[in-house]
Amino acid sequence: MRPVPLIILLLAGMMACSNPVRAESLTISLSSGHVAITSTYIGTDLVVFGVIGRDQASATRSEHYDIVVSARGPRSHMVVREKAALGPFWVNRREQKFTFVPATMAVATNRPLDEITSPEMQSRYQLGLGSAIIAQDLRDEPFAEALIRLKQRDRLYETLPHNVEFITPNVFKAVIPVPARAPTGLYDVEVALMSDSVRLASQSTHFEVVKIGFEQDVADAARLHGWLYGFAALLMAGLFGWLATIIFRRD
Amino acid sequence: MEFYLPIAELPVNIWLIVGMSAVVGFISGLFGVGGGFLITPLLIFLGISPAVAVASVSTQIAASSLTALISYWKRRALDIRLGLLLLSGGSIGTVCGVMAFNALRRIGQLDLTIGVSYVILLGGIGLLMLYESLKALRARRRGLAAKRPRGGNHPWYFGLPFRMRFPASGLYVSVIPLLAMGLIVGFFGALLGIGGGFMIVPALIYLFRVPTMVVVGTSMFQILFSMSGATMLHATTNHSVDFVLALLLVVGGVFGAQFGARAGRHLKGEQFRLLLALIVLAVAFRFLGDLALKPEDVFSLSASVTPIAGAAQ
Repeated sequence: MRPVPLIILLLAGMMACSNPVRAESLTISLSSGHVAITSTYIGTDLVVFGVIGRDQASATRSEHYDIVVSARGPRSHMVVREKAALGPFWVNRREQKFTFVPATMAVATNRPLDEITSPEMQSRYQLGLGSAIIAQDLRDEPFAEALIRLKQRDRLYETLPHNVEFITPNVFKAVIPVPARAPTGLYDVEVALMSDSVRLASQSTHFEVVKIGFEQDVADAARLHGWLYGFAALLMAGLFGWLATIIFRRD
Repeated sequence: MEFYLPIAELPVNIWLIVGMSAVVGFISGLFGVGGGFLITPLLIFLGISPAVAVASVSTQIAASSLTALISYWKRRALDIRLGLLLLSGGSIGTVCGVMAFNALRRIGQLDLTIGVSYVILLGGIGLLMLYESLKALRARRRGLAAKRPRGGNHPWYFGLPFRMRFPASGLYVSVIPLLAMGLIVGFFGALLGIGGGFMIVPALIYLFRVPTMVVVGTSMFQILFSMSGATMLHATTNHSVDFVLALLLVVGGVFGAQFGARAGRHLKGEQFRLLLALIVLAVAFRFLGDLALKPEDVFSLSASVTPIAGAAQ
């Protein structure tokens, strides 16, 4: 029958839980909002600039800041298959599906991620390449590891432990690569401000990878005008086939 | 010089592709095989997805078979009636092959099936040809004319119903075994993403005793039409023909095929069959190695073909 003190207690509890009062703020900007794929595209780099805003509460912080930049490409479903010996042959036996796997992933930091925070905190904050696999899919560890390893082998997933550079203690820039085989679509960039293995603030932005000019025209033609496109390909084949016999006519 | 392929979605070196297709084109023109069984694995190795590789190669094979066909046509080394018959059996086989392709891809055993099929088909055909051509070469060296089977002792399948005359090939044979062969070639062609020339050529030579020169022209005829059909099929259903990749392959392929077709005129029949046997065997061994040796990584990654039920973001 004394509701007022209970509310006070609850409020106090909530304030205690929202531990340290967020003193830092983060402002980020991407060097470009889109990556254009032209005929000469062989991959590119984007730069993320960031400014850490501080107030009185954070001015006395002794630990230095860490920055984790994660860039994730468009997501799709993937299958990992495992070969096993069946008689004399190596055959795909077991498989596991993974949902919403980013096509590419780059994790840029100012020092190795494991030095910045513990593996537990990494998975809690969704940092590192392991975050490519969403929790509900984590049924079989070797398959998940294989997915990340194979993506790394194709240079689609990368950890870049020294790609974040502090220009001043409060201003940083990060270089994130967009690989040659990056698919078109929307890419997310998430920047986490860390200190003493705890996340203080985070911000996200995105960029788009698009084909332009000739590359886009061809892709559109293939998708929208299949019949015409097929005829054009055959016409080209016929033209060159015939041309070659003309050039080589001197029998 | 790197160029970004609009459909395959990756940059490739232009000269590498043109050079590769020129070499394969040469072999193609020389032996009357499409060359798909050589160039498709090479493109996949470069990182191009199998769907795009198979589709774009079909356009290239159409071009290089046309250019070779024209030169065989001029020498009248071609049996159109035989080619049309093979083609009609082949179109049914192609439809079945595409269905098998999709079913196997769904259950993740496509690579295994392709590997085993290549080993059995190429290995079997290659060994038979090697044995036969070596025997013929040895007979020639001893000064004996290779015994040519003459009329009278034809194999049983020549005498099945619906016999038909093929003047250009000097053949009077039932259409049933020819249609069946077209069907088998069409099936494996669609399944393996190849024209099937390496199956037609030995089959016509050994099973039907068609003269070698007519065989190559006829095989080219069949390949031209089946690969044109395949190009249209790929372009209209899965949009996987890469025009730029096809163009690079065509440019290298047609000129290579021209040189190949000219070189073929100076080869003796036995030498021709020995060389083709060796190439076919080499590819068979490569696939056997892939199957039997422990893979570098037992895990492999591919896009999920079937939608995942109940998955939501």
